[in-house]
Amino acid sequence: MEYLDKLKGTANAVEFAKRNGIYVVLLLLVFFFSIASENFLVSNNLLNVARQVSMLGIAAVGFAFVLLLGGIDLSVGSNITLVNIVGGWCMVNAGLNPVLAIGLALSMATFIGFLNGWIIANINMPPLIVTLAMMIIVEGLAYLICKGLPIYGFPASFAIIGQGYLGPIPIPVIIMIVILAIGAFILNKTYFGRYFYAVGGNEEAAKLSGIKVKNVKYLVYSLSGFFAGLAGIVILSRTNSAQVLAGKGLEFDILTACVLGGVSVTGGFGRISNVVAGVLILGVLSNGLVLMNVTQFSQMVIKGVVLMVAVAFDCLQHRKAH
Amino acid sequence: MNILQLKNITKKYPGVIALNDVSIDFVKGEAHALVGENGAGKSTLIKSCTGAVIPDEGLIAVEGEEFSSLTPQLSEQKGIGVIYQEFNLVGELSVAENIFLGRAIRKGITIDRKAMVRESAKIFEQFNIDIDPNALVSSLTVGYQQLVEIAKALSQNAKILIMDEPSAPLTSAEAERLYVMVEKLKKTGVTVIYISHRMEEIFRLTERITVLRDGHKIATVKTSDTNMDDLVKLMVGRELKETYPARKDCISDEVLLDVQNLSGNGVHDTSFQIRKGEVLGFAGLIGAGRTETAELLFGAARKTGGTIRLNGKEINPKTPRDAIDSGIALVPEDRKGKGALLEMDIRTNTSMAILERISKFMVVDKKEEKRIANSYRESIRIKTPSIEQKIKNLSGGNQQKVIIARWLASEPELVIFDEPTRGIDVGAKSEIYTLVNSLVESGKAVLMISSEMEEVMGMSDRIIVLCEGKISGELNRKDFKQETIMNFASQK
Repeated sequence: MEYLDKLKGTANAVEFAKRNGIYVVLLLLVFFFSIASENFLVSNNLLNVARQVSMLGIAAVGFAFVLLLGGIDLSVGSNITLVNIVGGWCMVNAGLNPVLAIGLALSMATFIGFLNGWIIANINMPPLIVTLAMMIIVEGLAYLICKGLPIYGFPASFAIIGQGYLGPIPIPVIIMIVILAIGAFILNKTYFGRYFYAVGGNEEAAKLSGIKVKNVKYLVYSLSGFFAGLAGIVILSRTNSAQVLAGKGLEFDILTACVLGGVSVTGGFGRISNVVAGVLILGVLSNGLVLMNVTQFSQMVIKGVVLMVAVAFDCLQHRKAH
Repeated sequence: MNILQLKNITKKYPGVIALNDVSIDFVKGEAHALVGENGAGKSTLIKSCTGAVIPDEGLIAVEGEEFSSLTPQLSEQKGIGVIYQEFNLVGELSVAENIFLGRAIRKGITIDRKAMVRESAKIFEQFNIDIDPNALVSSLTVGYQQLVEIAKALSQNAKILIMDEPSAPLTSAEAERLYVMVEKLKKTGVTVIYISHRMEEIFRLTERITVLRDGHKIATVKTSDTNMDDLVKLMVGRELKETYPARKDCISDEVLLDVQNLSGNGVHDTSFQIRKGEVLGFAGLIGAGRTETAELLFGAARKTGGTIRLNGKEINPKTPRDAIDSGIALVPEDRKGKGALLEMDIRTNTSMAILERISKFMVVDKKEEKRIANSYRESIRIKTPSIEQKIKNLSGGNQQKVIIARWLASEPELVIFDEPTRGIDVGAKSEIYTLVNSLVESGKAVLMISSEMEEVMGMSDRIIVLCEGKISGELNRKDFKQETIMNFASQK
C-alpha cells in the first residue's frame, strides 16, 4: 500500500507539472515584456491583447476538438474568410437583417465542417488532405462571391459584436470566454465530449465499446466549422468590412495556440483550460513584439519557431511514453 | 554435417520463459519440421535465428562459426533465409525487382534491369518454375508470390530456409507445387526448417521432427520412426493442472444464443447454441475463425448469411452498439489495440460502454460513474490507488480487469472472452477464471475463445473446435482430450 501511495504521489506531481507548466511559460513571457517595454503592463494594453486573441480563442475550441480526435482542420482560415464574405454579402447585397445574415453564414460554416467530417469518416481520406482541399475550395468560393473586392456598409447595429463593450470589457472577449466555457463543459461533462478523447485515443477500442465513431467525426468537424464561423462573424463586425484576406493563415495561429496549450497532435490528450494559456501566449507574443518594434517578418519567423518547439515538445513526450 | 546448431538457447520475457535451454542441430540438406502448440516457442526460436530476438543465453553456430546473437544483416549474410506468412514483397514492382530489392544490380549509376531479369530467370529455370520475371508481383497468386519469396532468399545464397506455415494460405494445387519446391531445395543442399500444423505434409516432406512445448525442447525424432498419434502426444503431453476453480453445475435447459448457418468474415455456415449458465469454449488454431465468429456476433463485422437468436428473438447486430444493446459483450483479444484507452483513467474506461445510459441531458452523472467504477474495482479487485489512475500505469492483468469491468457494467447476458488471459500473470489469471464462474453461476452465458489448450479444457463445459472457418468438432466435458482437439484443429 505504501508503494501505491508513493506511486500516486509521484504521478500526481508529474501530472500537475504537465498540466500547468504552460501557465509558467505565460507568466515568464509577461514578466519579460513588462521589463522590455513600459507600455506592456498597462490595463488598456492587456484588454487590447484579450480582444486581439478573442477570434483565435473562439476558433481554437473547435480546432482543439479536431486535434483531440487525432485529426486536423486546415480549412478554418478559409472558412472564416467565407463567413466574412457571405455575411457581408447577405447584409449589403441581399439586404438581409444582420441576425438572419449571421444565421446563414454560421449554418454555411457548420456545413463546410460537416462536409469535412463526412468525407473523412466515409471515404477514409487523411484529414490533412481533405481539409487542405476544402481550404482551397472555400477560399476560391469567397473570391467568386465578392470578385476579390471588399464589401462594406453594414447596419450600425452589427458593429456591437466586434466593437462594443460591456462595462470595460470588449464584447469579443466576453464571447470568447463563453465559448471557452462551453468547450470545457463539452469536454468535461458531456458523454459525447468523452467520446472525442476515446476516438482520438484508440479508435478501434472506441468502436468496440459501442461508440458510433462516424457520428463523432461528423459532430467534431461540424463544431470546428461552427466555431470558426463564429470567429469569422466577430472579425467581420470588428473590421466592419468583408475582405478576402480576413482569415488568411489563421489556421496556423489556431493550431499553434492549441499545441502550445498541450493538445496532442496525435489525438486523445488535451484540455481547454490549457488552450486558454496557449491562446494568451500567442497574443502576448505578438503584442509584445509589436511594442518592441519587431518587424512583421521577424514575427513570422518567431511564430514558426514557437509552433515547431511546441509540436516537438508534444512528440518528445509521446516518445517517452511509448 | 550440421549446418546450423542451436546450443542451450534461453529467452525470457517478463512472466514467461519463451525458450528454456533449447538445443537443436540441423543437418545440411534435410527438411526439419518444428512442431508445437501455439505459444510453444516456435516463433521465438525462428526470431533468434534471424536476429529479430536476442537470446538471453546460449549460442548459435552457423557452419561451425559461433555467435551469441545474430543481427538481421548477419543472419542474411550467413545464409539464413525466412519465408514468413506475410510476404515482404512490393506488389507494384516486377518479380525481378522484388528479388533484387535493396540489392539492385547496377551499371554505373543506373539499374541494370536486364541483368536482374536474367539472374531471376536463371533461378526459376533451375527449379523449373514458370514465372515471368517481368510480371508485376501483384498480378501473381499467393502461391506464386511465395515462390518469388523463396527465389529471393535463394538469390541471397540462402543455405538455410525457414518456412513459417508456408502451406497455410495456399490452395491444394499450390501446396503441391510448394512440396515439389521443397524436395528440390533439399536436393540442392538447402536445409529447410519447416513449421506446420499439418501432419500430413510433415510426414511427407521432412526427415526429422523437433517437438517444442512450453519453451522446452521435448524431443527430436526421425520422421520414419514416429506416427501422428505419438507426435500429437509429444506435443500436448502434460497433465491438466488443477488450477481451475470449481464451479457449481449451473447449466440451465434454456438456450440463450442460437446461431444457425452463420457466414461471412471468413466464417462458413456455422451453427451452434449456448445455454444459460454455460461456458462454451472455442478451440482451434490462430486464423481458424474463432475471433471472426465473435466479431459477427458482436456486430464488429457484417454477416452475409444465417441467423442469430438471443433468448429466442432474432437479432441482427450491424454495429457493436446494436450487440451491446441486445445484451452481448466482447472482451477483445488484443487488449492494447482494441480494448484499453490507455491515456484515460479507470473510471472513464469502465463507463465507456454505458456512458449514454448514465447521462442526463447529455451530461454524465459523475457520481453514478464513480459508484460503478468503485464497485467493480472492489468486486473484481483491480489493484490501484484510485479510479482516477490512468490505465497505462496498471499491470496487464489489472488493465484486463478494467476492460472486463467495462463489459460487466453493460449488464450483458452473453459475455464473449477472446483470449482473456493472454500475457497475464498466474494470479490475475485465476481471478479471471473465478469471475467467469460467477458470471455463469448468476445465469449468464460465456463464450470463451482460447488458444491455451489447458485453459479451454479447464474452463469450458463444452468445446467447439474450429478449423478454416468451419466447425470441425464438438466435445462434451467428459470427452475432453488434448489429442482429440488437436486432431480436430489441424487439417488431416
